[in-house]
Amino acid sequence: MKNVLVYCEVDDKKVAGISKELLSAGKKLANKLNVKLEAVVVGDDLNDVEKQISQYGVDTIFKAQDKRLNVYTTLPFAKLTTQIIKEQDPQIVLFGATDIGRDLAPRVASALGCGLTADTTILDIGNHFVKKENKEYKDLLYAIRPAFGGSIMANIINWDRHPQMATVREGVMKNEIFDKDYKSEIINVDTNTLSDEDFVVEVLERHIEESEVDLKSAPIIVAGGYGVGSKENFDMLYELAEVLGGEVGGSRAAVDAGFIEHERQIGQTGVTVRPKLYIAAGISGAVQHTAGMQNSALIISINTDKNAPINEIADYVIVGDLNVVIPKMIASYKKNTK
Amino acid sequence: MKPLKIIVLAKQVPDTRNLGSDAMKPDGTVNRAKIPTIFNPDDLKALELALNIKDRVKGTSVTVLTMGPPKAADIMRDSLYRGADKAIMISDRRFGGADTLATSYTIAQAIKKIGDYDLIIGGRQAIDGDTAQVGPQTAEKINANQVTYVIEIMDINNDGFVAKRQLSHGIEVVKAPFPCLLTVHGNAPECRMPIAKNVMKYKYARSKTEAKKEQDWIKELLEQRPYLTIEEWNVEDINAEAERIGLPGSPTKVKSIENVVFTATESKVLTDSDDDVEEMIKDLLAKHTIG
Repeated sequence: MKNVLVYCEVDDKKVAGISKELLSAGKKLANKLNVKLEAVVVGDDLNDVEKQISQYGVDTIFKAQDKRLNVYTTLPFAKLTTQIIKEQDPQIVLFGATDIGRDLAPRVASALGCGLTADTTILDIGNHFVKKENKEYKDLLYAIRPAFGGSIMANIINWDRHPQMATVREGVMKNEIFDKDYKSEIINVDTNTLSDEDFVVEVLERHIEESEVDLKSAPIIVAGGYGVGSKENFDMLYELAEVLGGEVGGSRAAVDAGFIEHERQIGQTGVTVRPKLYIAAGISGAVQHTAGMQNSALIISINTDKNAPINEIADYVIVGDLNVVIPKMIASYKKNTK
Repeated sequence: MKPLKIIVLAKQVPDTRNLGSDAMKPDGTVNRAKIPTIFNPDDLKALELALNIKDRVKGTSVTVLTMGPPKAADIMRDSLYRGADKAIMISDRRFGGADTLATSYTIAQAIKKIGDYDLIIGGRQAIDGDTAQVGPQTAEKINANQVTYVIEIMDINNDGFVAKRQLSHGIEVVKAPFPCLLTVHGNAPECRMPIAKNVMKYKYARSKTEAKKEQDWIKELLEQRPYLTIEEWNVEDINAEAERIGLPGSPTKVKSIENVVFTATESKVLTDSDDDVEEMIKDLLAKHTIG
């Protein structure tokens, strides 16, 4: 039987969080299909990463190690990944919907001439009957993703041009170690297929900020929408977040309007969060936004429009002006926690 | 330095940020007739990046390429108004229903027909699909290098360019030779506005399909001034194989669509009075949600 393969991103000898999530999800798919789980890892120093990968129940690790692969650039990474997939012929391949995954996966899919579903949030296995062929295809990958601004969930399948590939959003799959002592077979991949022409893009500088903004692990998020009105008005949200011990986020509309920076965007095209408290100020609740926060434990909506769509999923709806409500919340919190 | 030939990839998209309730048909496909269309925001930024290079490198030409229905001629004119030199549409019903693989094949075929280029610049992603796949897939098909998420061209010379890339948690600066395909990130500068001089010049620019419906004097004008013709290519023009375009060329299929249904929560509706706000804060403290 053909296996399930996960592309693992490695940064500074550490397997990326998204890759751990993918391995966990991949293991479940492999178990459902009763096949093996395989991982691909590409880089210059990978000796410490094997153990990090094995424990997710990975049967085989394909390791492409080469000094020239110290930093990600498209061509060599795509060439090796394509080469491994061609040789191993897996039925399912998963990539993270990250900067790297979204650069790499389409290039690989094009080279293989197969389909690729972007930004999947649910993975499952199921059948599909194709009327034209009068044939039932069994055990296909259901790659389910929000589409069209998040107003719908689309189940995307591919029955005839395998492998079935998908990129998966960060933070939606659980990171679950399968067996700490699991043993993987390690297969070293030949990197001599790479030529100088594959290394024409040179990375001159790289500044990665150890993300000061960590929305995903913030227990409390104060998020503002277009209704906040200005960049200056966001100061109030920052103050509330600081008092409560949380982070500040924004809707796409607020980001597009320049009220708040891109890295704080919550929603289908931003970060997916599930804090214990989500305060939505001046956010109408387009599905594009709610797709990224609807699993919050408790939601407060502050909106002048009592019919704002977000109010439907809110636990508390305060109908009023956020410029009035937020200072009152700050004052009341301070008073009651003295 | 030598003038460059730039192709900008653009798409007309439904404005998914302003959707009405009739935006979807019962079968789950998009009811495009009911949705206002716009120039895809990232693609406008791609156009700006190209025009910026044109400002810096004398003699550079910018050709805008789109695949879409006849109505997409609107964004072709818009591009000409803003400073593009030429506009080409790939338009044919047989291209319909394409996923990103079939789309990138179609665009790659058109690029091969154009032939000569130094840079291909497209938006990172389109707001109707948000896949960000067509750029890299097209690059692979024409065997070109790719640099994604570009926000600025820091340097450009006869050998190549230095680009600043916007990553989720930082910035990367890369050096790459020509030819290359770039995708432009939403943090790149906004596109310049249409210029009156260009609007005057291209007001009557029409695609073949549009020209057929025009009055005679416009048809004559189009014959006199060839630059007013927005080229329109069909399947045969770009030498595309039938099984690689449109629905037949698309491996990914939509099995089912579900409207996103909210599990309606029993909300507590409050006013902005001091008492209401205080009551809520006390509730949250009691539940240990805050504090």
